[in-house]
Amino acid sequence: MRFVDEFREPELVTRTADEIRRLADPARHYRFMEVCGGHTHAIYRFGLKDLLPSNIELIHGPGCPVCVLPMGRVDDGLSLAPSNDSQQREVIFAAFGDMMRVPGTTGSPLEHKARGMDVRIVYSPSDALKLAKANPGKHVMFFAIGFETTAPSTALTLMRAKSEGVHNFSVFCNHVTIIPAIRAILDSPDMRLDAFIGPGHVSTVIGCRPYEWIVQNERKPIVISGFEPLDMLQSIVMLLRQLNRGEAKVENQYRRVVPWEGNRAALRAMAEVFQLRPYFEWRGLGFISQSALRIRDAYAEWDTEQRFDVPGVRVTDPKAAQCGEVLKGVLKPHQCKLFGRECTPEHPIGALMVSSEGSCAAYYNYEHRKTAMVNILSRTA
Amino acid sequence: MTPAAVLRNIAENTAPQVRFREPQIEMAHGAGGKASRRLVEGLFAPLLFGASLEPLADAAHLSINGAKIAITTDSFVVKPLSFPGGSIGELAVNGTVNDLAVSGARAEAMVVTFVLEAGLPTELLEAEVRAMANAARKAGVKITGGDTKVVEHGKADRMYITTTGIGSPLPGVRIDPRSVKRGDKVVLSGPIGDHGITILLARGELDLEADLRSDTRSILPLVEAMVAAAGPAIRWMRDPTRGGAATSLNELARDCGLGIALFEDNVPVRDAVRGACELLGLDPLHIANEGQFLAVVAREFADAAITALHATPGGEQAQIIGEVCDQPAGSVLASTSYGGSRIVDMLVGDPLPRIC
Repeated sequence: MRFVDEFREPELVTRTADEIRRLADPARHYRFMEVCGGHTHAIYRFGLKDLLPSNIELIHGPGCPVCVLPMGRVDDGLSLAPSNDSQQREVIFAAFGDMMRVPGTTGSPLEHKARGMDVRIVYSPSDALKLAKANPGKHVMFFAIGFETTAPSTALTLMRAKSEGVHNFSVFCNHVTIIPAIRAILDSPDMRLDAFIGPGHVSTVIGCRPYEWIVQNERKPIVISGFEPLDMLQSIVMLLRQLNRGEAKVENQYRRVVPWEGNRAALRAMAEVFQLRPYFEWRGLGFISQSALRIRDAYAEWDTEQRFDVPGVRVTDPKAAQCGEVLKGVLKPHQCKLFGRECTPEHPIGALMVSSEGSCAAYYNYEHRKTAMVNILSRTA
Repeated sequence: MTPAAVLRNIAENTAPQVRFREPQIEMAHGAGGKASRRLVEGLFAPLLFGASLEPLADAAHLSINGAKIAITTDSFVVKPLSFPGGSIGELAVNGTVNDLAVSGARAEAMVVTFVLEAGLPTELLEAEVRAMANAARKAGVKITGGDTKVVEHGKADRMYITTTGIGSPLPGVRIDPRSVKRGDKVVLSGPIGDHGITILLARGELDLEADLRSDTRSILPLVEAMVAAAGPAIRWMRDPTRGGAATSLNELARDCGLGIALFEDNVPVRDAVRGACELLGLDPLHIANEGQFLAVVAREFADAAITALHATPGGEQAQIIGEVCDQPAGSVLASTSYGGSRIVDMLVGDPLPRIC
């Protein structure tokens, strides 16, 4: 398959892995954070850790949209679906497949669907708008999630809803921004990182410039990376070269997709529809200032939060769950007290165990028993 | 202790142990993965089958007054009713024929139950009954009876079909996961994921199109060809329907207590299925099939099995996709040609597209 197979080519993968071993100083321990959940998924999906020397440690970052969503927001969204809008239209809850298993206090959207709530999986926000047009007697609420990757398509959909005058449609906006999350991680005192594998899809929209403060203020290299095995290995080569030369700069490995300046049309659409919230709660990371988007007043009619009486539920995470530490990369998934016991993909307590981009689910599905076996073997040895 | 108390005590101590503790049935309990297994093993098996230690199989093999028969049943609730490459009627016949085939039996007779929703157009029903007659003729199975129930409009999704089939055991083959040994080979009959992805796209919710058809068919000719070539060396078979190949192989690993090493690059997957899976964040190993089967064959007979499959129409793409090994016991480990490896787990719930 084109654009996929060439980035999984066995000989090139082996050669790049050799190059990594050659560049990595055996006397040194490297800690690289992959910011994006897509990268976390790829690392486990392709078993990339098997190809890396043991002194290169990959730390999973906060870039999984459903993982950082506080449970209260899920409850808020679900609480609206059984209600009616001001014209007494019943509400249809529409969201990406990613959201469907994310637990709220009274269960996930999928569980609510099984109990009779009208829950629809959509592939893009514009499909949700289509749904509204096809169901004029109902109100479609799109539960929007994602970083700058998905925010532009939500923005364009809102612009279209306004220009076409579709009034039975609104967006419950949970879009967040990546840079403040990285900043929060770097500000965390228990975090020691050598470099970053930068998010690929987010950067197609925001470009590479917004990362420059990391290299200027923190002196840490960052390489924007693609998601195939060769992409990620090449990014690690680039990081090692920078570190060996004592450099710290922003480099773009994913040039076939990411323009240095970003996508101006997408940024314009976002600026037209969204403004920064003064602060927003992130699961595990707490309140981070200017880290999320709200819908501008010019689009108030399509803003679920302005149109409905959103309860504003706040749910504290179970004390024993250590989602925050895992999200910040302080703990590895299996080091959480609940991992694999109370918290499994079937009975997730935190969203990290739900999304295939969540490090706990990725670790559980692809690595868990492998590691457990290695642990047993090393203990008996 | 009074006699009554003694009796009560005996009754309590011999009562079947129900281990299923979930407060209500969720969709996942029907999706063929871990939750389905918990329901069957924790509630149905202890109450209905007693303390049987037999691993759960696709069909039961019984001896009645000396006559050996195989029996199985399956319900079909697919939406939409028809899709490229097939429809619910065809699935209902082939599904039961295939469950018998992978248990090592040839389907002989079948009874059918229709649950119909009031308001269902006769034209639709007739089309499905014709599809069933056609599929039964192709598979060489007689439909010998049935039952019809009609429920109120809105109480069922147009129509549900249940088929129950009996079959005669194929001579020279005995399927038992406990006979699987280290070094045995895992055989797959052809490309995976066609049915599941076809259905996902046919629902029309994703606005994606691909040139893809369901693989629904009777796999009996393929199974018979393999049995003729490798009979006693075939230790286990299964048709990887809901939950896909990953779920079937995990069940095998659990039932035989050994590990399954999967060579991921050998697993045949059509480009359209791969593309849809890459796009939607799904794993072809988790996607349902309706016309393929997996088998474990003793190492010495694996090539003979493959040769026999390749020589049978519809088996041209059969492949050895893995091997039984000691470790990781009870798990499936996929390795790639560039040296990475990962655990392949059972599916949790239904496969859902991943976007952000």
